[in-house]
Amino acid sequence: MSTTCSQRQTPTRHLGAKRANTLKAERRPSIMSNVLRPYLAAVRSTLTAALTLENFSSQVVERHNKPEIEAGGSKEVLLNPLIISRNENERVLIEPSVNSIRLSIKIKQADEIERILCHKFTRFMMQRAENFIVLRRKPVQGYDISFLITNTHSETMLKHKIVDFIIQFMEEVDKEISEMKLSLNARARTVAESYLTAFNA
Amino acid sequence: MPPSVFSLSQTPVTCHSFDANRQQLAVSFNSNDAQILTRKGNEWTATETLAEHDKTITSIDWAPNSNRIVTSSQDRNAYVWQQTPDPETGALIWKPTLVLLRINRAATHVRWSPKEDKFAVASGARAIAVCSFDPENNWWVSKHLKKPIRSTVLAVDWHPNNVLLAAGSADMKARVFSAYIKEVDEKPAPSVWGSRLPFNVLCGEYSSPAGGWVHAVSFSPSGDVLAFASHDSSISIVYPGGPVIHNIKMSSLPFVTLTWTAEDSVVAAGHDCQPTVFSGSDAGWQAVGTLDDSKSSSSARSGFGSSPVGRLNSTAFNTFRDADTRGQASAGASGGDTKVLTIHQNTITSVRPYEGQPGQVTKVSTTGVDGNLVIWDVNEVASLAAQFGGIHLK
Repeated sequence: MSTTCSQRQTPTRHLGAKRANTLKAERRPSIMSNVLRPYLAAVRSTLTAALTLENFSSQVVERHNKPEIEAGGSKEVLLNPLIISRNENERVLIEPSVNSIRLSIKIKQADEIERILCHKFTRFMMQRAENFIVLRRKPVQGYDISFLITNTHSETMLKHKIVDFIIQFMEEVDKEISEMKLSLNARARTVAESYLTAFNA
Repeated sequence: MPPSVFSLSQTPVTCHSFDANRQQLAVSFNSNDAQILTRKGNEWTATETLAEHDKTITSIDWAPNSNRIVTSSQDRNAYVWQQTPDPETGALIWKPTLVLLRINRAATHVRWSPKEDKFAVASGARAIAVCSFDPENNWWVSKHLKKPIRSTVLAVDWHPNNVLLAAGSADMKARVFSAYIKEVDEKPAPSVWGSRLPFNVLCGEYSSPAGGWVHAVSFSPSGDVLAFASHDSSISIVYPGGPVIHNIKMSSLPFVTLTWTAEDSVVAAGHDCQPTVFSGSDAGWQAVGTLDDSKSSSSARSGFGSSPVGRLNSTAFNTFRDADTRGQASAGASGGDTKVLTIHQNTITSVRPYEGQPGQVTKVSTTGVDGNLVIWDVNEVASLAAQFGGIHLK
């Protein structure tokens, strides 16, 4: 009996320890937001400055009009790309051009679970890219998710609202993934508990 | 007098041009067609559609004296429209004449020369087509200015002497060319730009200070000074004698269009959504202020307050929350607010003189991506200091 009891206790303690970890993670945003603020402010002002787009017809292909940042046919209409980095795991790449900008986000992935969750999450979004209008179907290499904003978008939508959308996405995505991780852990705990109750009987 | 605002459409207005007595307006609503709008009281109503292009129209210019309209488009063509009586009804309708541009990329900008016997079409084919009328064949023929343009030409402007042409292009340069066509022009008098001016002579080449695409160029009313706006948020004023170049670097977003209102004053507008006035002389130039007095438009915002639901949903709380979570510094662009503080709600793409003689322009008109036409009194300048006083920059 005692052995089963200790057997039973070990996983619970283990899960309990994990729980403490995730609780810490849950509390973390309030501490981190001080660091988050200048990061998002930098992204916001860079994005506002980069979203100065105009209608620009291709000078390579006759009668075509395409995002120059994707086509890359004429070097002089591309501006210097810029990386805003919060730490080694979280950064934003902004590539402006005359009629389009590409914004790529590297989402924080602390462990294996977060890596899997992030992959599933971004994949889900990108498969539905046309519903998000400014979302790109594939991320730029080295990043998890990319947005492509063209002059048509800045003409049909309010510019500061596009910026708000991106910023909101950036703050929500971290929250979303840590929430998913929490519920995944909770589910794992429930599963483990009910599984191991069978041995307890 | 506050600026008059006309909401022309919900779509962007690509370009606009008035007729001589300002009762009609040619505009393109970001489409393949140009519209002729006629003023009826305080309304602009569409009276005719100029449909011939099969890609987006990029620029329109209405020659005030000869009453002809020229349109350019991304379909590589330009058309000259002239009012002719309809053979059946006798009513005046706009008839297009094709222009043999011989360019193989988009036409980006078009302007009539001051004497209205030529026009220049900027293009993405790294060339400017200077067009003149050939009465023998009854069409417009063009000659190309090619060297040393290395990228899309974004804007052109004529010198008052009908020969010199300024061009701004995406290779970060503003240039002054001679567009002398011997069948049309008589020999121009020597000016500060040069004395011998055969076709395609480069009279000046000026770089933007930090390497930005030159969006707009304009000769002063006398033609002795050139102003250009570039994507590095700067305005440059060129006195060709030295040459002396005055650069004014702004902390705002880039300007994309500008016009001279007097020999010592320039109005520029662009992504900042408000026309800014610059003034100076050969000794120096500075930004004087903006025509958009935000106080008048901010009163329109007062009815916008969101209803406070819940204990914490107060303005102060929202401000701090936005600052904390989204890095928003000012309350001006907070969450549910869809209005911008300026009169134009989006980029201003074109500013043109509306009232007064060249050199004494009293009013200018602007159109922008928000679909509005605004007519501003150029003498009502609100100082920039007062403008930025209410904004907390952090």
